[in-house]
Amino acid sequence: MIYKTFNKIYDTDIGYSFFKSKIAVISSTILFIILLCSVFAGVVSPYNPFDPATVSLMDAFTPPSWSEGGSSSFILGTDQQGRDMFSTIIYGSRISLIVGFASILFAMVLGVFLGVTAGYIGGKYEIVVMRVTDVQLTIPSILMALLVNGIAKSFISQSMHNDMAIYVLIFAIGISEWPQFARVSRASTLVEKNKEYVSASRIIGLSNILIMFKHILPNILRPLLVIATIGLALAIITESTLSFLGVGVPPTTPSLGTLIRFGNSFLFSGEWWITFFPAIFLIILALSINLLGDWMRDALNPKLKIR
Amino acid sequence: MSFLEVKNLNISYPTRKETIVASKDVEFTLERGEILGIVGESGSGKSTIANAIINLIDPPGEITSGSIKMDNNELRDNEELIQKIRGKKIGFVFQDPQTSLNPLFRIKDQLIETIQTHLNLNYQDALKKSIQLLEEVGIDNAEKRIEDYPHQFSGGMRQRVVIALAISCEPDLIIADEPTTALDVSIQHQILELLKDLTKKRNLGVIIITHDMGVIAETTDRVIVMRHGLIVEQGDTKELLTNPKSNEARSLVISVPPTNKKIDRFRLISPDGKEITADSKNLTKKIIKTWGVREKNENKKILQLTAVTKIFDDKSLVSNFSFGSKAESTNKVEKAVDNVSFELFEGETLGLVGESGSGKSTIAKIITGLVGPSNGEIFYNDISLYNSKRKYQIDKSRGQIQMIFQDPYSSLNPRFKVRDIISEPIKLFQKNINKNELTQNMYDLIDIVGMTRQSLDRYPHEFSGGQRQRISIARALATRPRLLICDEPTSALDVSIQAQVLNLLKDIQDELHLTMLFISHDLPVIRQMCNRIVVLKNGSVCETKETEELFNNPAHPYTKELIRLMPKIESII
Repeated sequence: MIYKTFNKIYDTDIGYSFFKSKIAVISSTILFIILLCSVFAGVVSPYNPFDPATVSLMDAFTPPSWSEGGSSSFILGTDQQGRDMFSTIIYGSRISLIVGFASILFAMVLGVFLGVTAGYIGGKYEIVVMRVTDVQLTIPSILMALLVNGIAKSFISQSMHNDMAIYVLIFAIGISEWPQFARVSRASTLVEKNKEYVSASRIIGLSNILIMFKHILPNILRPLLVIATIGLALAIITESTLSFLGVGVPPTTPSLGTLIRFGNSFLFSGEWWITFFPAIFLIILALSINLLGDWMRDALNPKLKIR
Repeated sequence: MSFLEVKNLNISYPTRKETIVASKDVEFTLERGEILGIVGESGSGKSTIANAIINLIDPPGEITSGSIKMDNNELRDNEELIQKIRGKKIGFVFQDPQTSLNPLFRIKDQLIETIQTHLNLNYQDALKKSIQLLEEVGIDNAEKRIEDYPHQFSGGMRQRVVIALAISCEPDLIIADEPTTALDVSIQHQILELLKDLTKKRNLGVIIITHDMGVIAETTDRVIVMRHGLIVEQGDTKELLTNPKSNEARSLVISVPPTNKKIDRFRLISPDGKEITADSKNLTKKIIKTWGVREKNENKKILQLTAVTKIFDDKSLVSNFSFGSKAESTNKVEKAVDNVSFELFEGETLGLVGESGSGKSTIAKIITGLVGPSNGEIFYNDISLYNSKRKYQIDKSRGQIQMIFQDPYSSLNPRFKVRDIISEPIKLFQKNINKNELTQNMYDLIDIVGMTRQSLDRYPHEFSGGQRQRISIARALATRPRLLICDEPTSALDVSIQAQVLNLLKDIQDELHLTMLFISHDLPVIRQMCNRIVVLKNGSVCETKETEELFNNPAHPYTKELIRLMPKIESII
């Protein structure tokens, strides 16, 4: 059964190109493992770093297990509060991935909606939407995110802020990523709307909403999927940067960026592992997403089709 | 010894799943001063052979065996020799003059570059020669025009420049791959005359690749008929066209619409050589039952256009939804449609004929509401289709006007199954249809267009062009239309497939009493399909007449010209 499904996937052009590409296979395997780990963080990680009962300050600054003074119960060592690094990384990656996926989803929904409607409707509406997009593109995404964060802080009370931080972050990253989606989906819509199947739908009398989102949207998904994948890596990095700067998720539920920030202050006093392992993990995560995106861009491009 | 000798040529394209044989044991010869035609349906390997001669086969394709000899020199796998010969001894004319010239170089630069690469001439001599060449291919004011860029020339002029390029280094052989397919009738005629002329004057060998039997009949001395990479028949053009022996050649010849008479139906030949006589008459019975019997009232005006004008540049009048307006506004003609009036009576087929840019497609778009008119009125069943604000009233026609498009590859949504493509309009117009009725409706439609019911669960890309056009017809019929607009429905199809689709359209019309507006640039097809014809030129009507009257007694000089110039397969018989 599994063998049969595998053969079926292998038989398609995309499947074939995937299994032919070592980079695609390796990066997606790594990504898959990371995803599994972060979904089942409670099962995979030896400790729950957010449960104060399991954390003991006595264990603080334990180096990795293979170095001098290391303990076999903390493979990658512990941080300044005595939390197991391995567990915090897994829990931290969970936060990073949630923020990454959610903000890309938000950016995609917003950008694709505006892009498709702008491309299809045209006229003044298109001009307004696309100029807003242009303006948005001139603001660096970190700056945008900082701005949103700053505004949010002044509106939300301190006690609420920790709970709201993650949503603010998703909104902040999403709002700085949507112009990409808007541009690509508008351009693709302009191509699709001149095809005869769209004319046929209009002559039949289908509503514009149906034509845009039932007929055109499925036909422009390929390029969107590619920029979504590459955008995901970017979103995760942006999240880490914001957290590193201290405007991201609160320290009580650290993400990868927060972990790197904590570790950074101990880097020169010899406790290198606190910042090193989260950083390496972040690099591997972002790199495998990007490599997968690169492969996807080539494989989904009909011009570069592998025979 | 012949001038060009191709022997035992085998070309294959290995792909992941199978090896496609594009040419199998192909053998032919060509003498100087002779025009050889290669004809066949799409995918029969015509272009592959031409590319093989100049060693320009796209990877992964490769010549697996055989030999190509020109003046007794082996060309196959001899890249060094080929590079010297390509452009010098062999000139190539491509199909699309829009893309075969580099848009960033002046005509002068392109010609001189080619000449200086192959001939030992200095710049001044090369320039002089280029001007001579342009004059030879019939470009007026060549000295001045040589300074222009390709976009400043029209399609026909550009093809002349391409021919000038091809003959610039005094080649012995010209290969023309569909040289006139992208051109209008009158320009096609000029280009073919030019090629014939050059062949005689310069004693060239010419290979013309085409799918148009009219072109074959009017220009070639000998012809090769190909199918699936095999030569199925070759011989003297006259002999082959009057007395084709193989089934493939017979099928090709028989399905060409005759230009000199109107026939009731096209005759079709199946691959085993038998004539196909079946039609879809009994299949329409079920549809008639669900549609209700329609009375045909031949005196009833179903559609009327009065003084319709369309100006694309006028921004204030173009609605925000005007599709394709950007592409068409680049036309030199300011008025895409200029004061056009005609009417359509119930049950008849009206032909709209004209060259590219004559506004025929724009008229179709105006009637279906894809583009708003700048001026004028359109009445369907005495109801105006546009309100006072020039907004299309699609509710007024309720799906009774439907359209069949030119390009079967873009007219079906690639992400929809055939089932969804056909059921969508049915569901739209019959809101509370139950599942059984819906399935029955779909079966009726898919039966009537001659497709199997299994095709409902497949995607458009799994079908050939002709089959897609049938699906397109089924979709158009799904809303139970009374007026069917066919915009060049067969111009992208092979001639035998064209015959099948035209037969189908005729049957459907007869049975369902449909009214048709048939748009085409192809006069023979128009003659077979239409009762009356409107001739358009540059957006305005030249004349409107009964079909036979128009062909036998054209009044307008433009109509006369069109009829005189259309390639006629009968010219040789």
